[in-house]
Amino acid sequence: MTAQTELGFARFAARVRGLSQGRLFWPVVVLALMLLFNLARDVNFFSVTIRDGHLYGSLVDVLNRAAPIMLIAMGLTLVIATHGIDISSGVVVAIAGSMTARLIGGRYVMGQDMITDHPLWVCIVAGLAISLAVGLWNGFWAAVVGLQPIVVTLITLVGGRGIAQLITEGQIITIYYRPYYFIGNGFLFGLPFSVYIVAAVLAAFLLLTRRTALGLFIESIGVNPTAARFAGVRARWITWWIYGISGLCAGVAGLIVTSNVKSADGNNAGLDFELDAISAVVLGGTSLAGGRFTLVGSVFGALIIQLLTTTIYAAGVPPEIALVVKAIVVWIVCILQSERMRRWVGQLLGRGLGVEVAR
Amino acid sequence: MRLPHLGRHFRLNTRFLPVTVTLCLFLAMFAAGGVLFDNFLTTQNFLYLFINNAPLGITAIGMTFVIVTGGIDLSVGSVIALVGMVSAWLLGSHGWSPAAVVTLSLAIGAAIGLLHGFLIQYFEIQPFIATLAGQFLARGLCYIISTDRIPIENPTYSLLSNHHFELPWGESPPWINFNVLVLLAVFAAGVYVAHYTRFGRTAYALGGSEQSAVLMGLPVASTKVLVYVLSGLCAAAAGVMWSISSVSGWGLTAKGLEMDAITAVVVGGTLLTGGLGYIAGTLLGMMVVATILVLIDFKGDINTWWVRIVMSILLLIFCLFQKVFERRQATRTVSTTHAPAKGPARASKALG
Repeated sequence: MTAQTELGFARFAARVRGLSQGRLFWPVVVLALMLLFNLARDVNFFSVTIRDGHLYGSLVDVLNRAAPIMLIAMGLTLVIATHGIDISSGVVVAIAGSMTARLIGGRYVMGQDMITDHPLWVCIVAGLAISLAVGLWNGFWAAVVGLQPIVVTLITLVGGRGIAQLITEGQIITIYYRPYYFIGNGFLFGLPFSVYIVAAVLAAFLLLTRRTALGLFIESIGVNPTAARFAGVRARWITWWIYGISGLCAGVAGLIVTSNVKSADGNNAGLDFELDAISAVVLGGTSLAGGRFTLVGSVFGALIIQLLTTTIYAAGVPPEIALVVKAIVVWIVCILQSERMRRWVGQLLGRGLGVEVAR
Repeated sequence: MRLPHLGRHFRLNTRFLPVTVTLCLFLAMFAAGGVLFDNFLTTQNFLYLFINNAPLGITAIGMTFVIVTGGIDLSVGSVIALVGMVSAWLLGSHGWSPAAVVTLSLAIGAAIGLLHGFLIQYFEIQPFIATLAGQFLARGLCYIISTDRIPIENPTYSLLSNHHFELPWGESPPWINFNVLVLLAVFAAGVYVAHYTRFGRTAYALGGSEQSAVLMGLPVASTKVLVYVLSGLCAAAAGVMWSISSVSGWGLTAKGLEMDAITAVVVGGTLLTGGLGYIAGTLLGMMVVATILVLIDFKGDINTWWVRIVMSILLLIFCLFQKVFERRQATRTVSTTHAPAKGPARASKALG
């Protein structure tokens, strides 16, 4: 009896340990804790009602608002996996949005909401094309020429604001074209349209990285680019395009953001997005040192960050504290991921259980 | 960077090449300004480079130490804003004395730097991520104090802000202000610390090769933490100077200044990969950045957002110049000493 119980307990412990070593374990636990906290704060937090055939509720709202960060975090995850970094996503959001808004044109005619200078698909393609171009620009200097990614993308971050301002000519362009609103505000089968965009991009990325060898190539580049090159991986070429894809993701996010607020502001659109995106990636469990990555984890990370923002706004504390909290979250997660912390925790656990922890 | 088989004379030439290029660039740009605009080539206009950009210069001197060790500090702009905000807040509604406020400001800068250094050294968090989070933390703290501009109405601050120290020559003597004096003092201290102290030498050794520095028994850990403290201190000093010259504190102050500081350092010939650089070069780099700002100011009809674009391109060009310089050094090392190229070893430090 006791032996059986002990065996059962050991099996249970092993299973828990196996679970907790899974890469998605901690992001899911944190997300669940935050949801519980919100439930304790507001009993109606989980309630979802149907109005006009759409789902309405805090959860749906969080999902919709998290979409841009989810997209940027997915692109950033791939960049970080190659041992790079891209802090220019926020400014790409502004550039893509400005480009699209500029092509739609800010003309206003009383009582009309179908005014555009160019067909919608031209505006969208142009917005995406310029974001891809900015991403490839980053990738060229970082991957092909070999400058430090942080410096290259810092240059884009600062100079890009100027580019966005040039596109909008320093104005905030308001969009008066109703079909464009659908991207960031529309609903399809009851859910926000942006959720479908995220799902499509995630599916495409998962297919590319898990069903083809590309994911393995990216990880090998992140671990050791020279070894990857000697093994026949076209490291430079792949890394270059990864930056391009990261730019493209930010561009899609830019379309969602501009559509959501129905205007493009070269100065403030996508401001501080880089912190949210990096937080999402590290919260998701991708190491900033490159190599192993998890796209689904980053999506969870983005949800956590958006939930954090929503909670701070709803909890009645000054919203300015959000930046401080997120910065501290990044530090804490980085500390938890560090080698030293793992060793400490390992020793503590080992002592507690009376087991020698293998190095 | 060491070229043991080359003559001493030649080695000096290559080591000073980046600084020489920067000096030539500065002279050319200043001369171009003289050709393009009347009243450009005056002593006072030259002094304005320092009067208007003293905070940038001090920040860049602190940043030089960080970059020499192969790190980076993205938090400096926000630290300047935070110090300005705290100063304005405490001087205004709490009636602190200026001496106490300045002391606290420097302590804030040092504390933030210490935190960065600790995270980077003991938890091996990459410098850019630790200091990027620090950047947002400091900005957030500014906004918590206030989202508006807070004016400073303190007699000491206004006196320091308005007083002109006239230089003893000419009919209408050129002048400098308090901030330029501070810049010169910090510059002198920076040169001394970088080139004549054990700490400075360790910082250079650390940037050249951390592993070798450890094996040589140098105090690598404390030095690595201290360079970030130094950078935080310099940023805090710059914040005090900024609040003196603008007699106010504002959460949006010095947004993006970290890139200008990095530009000044890189244009001044300090390698972003660490190990090589001069404080004097950084001052020259600051002068180049300042000259561009003055030239755009004189032109008058250029949109302000072109300033950001021009600065970005300048930094990019100099990064490229460094890359070529490094490659040439690497190939020369190979051809003279048959040592393996530095390429792969450098690649692992790609993130700085």
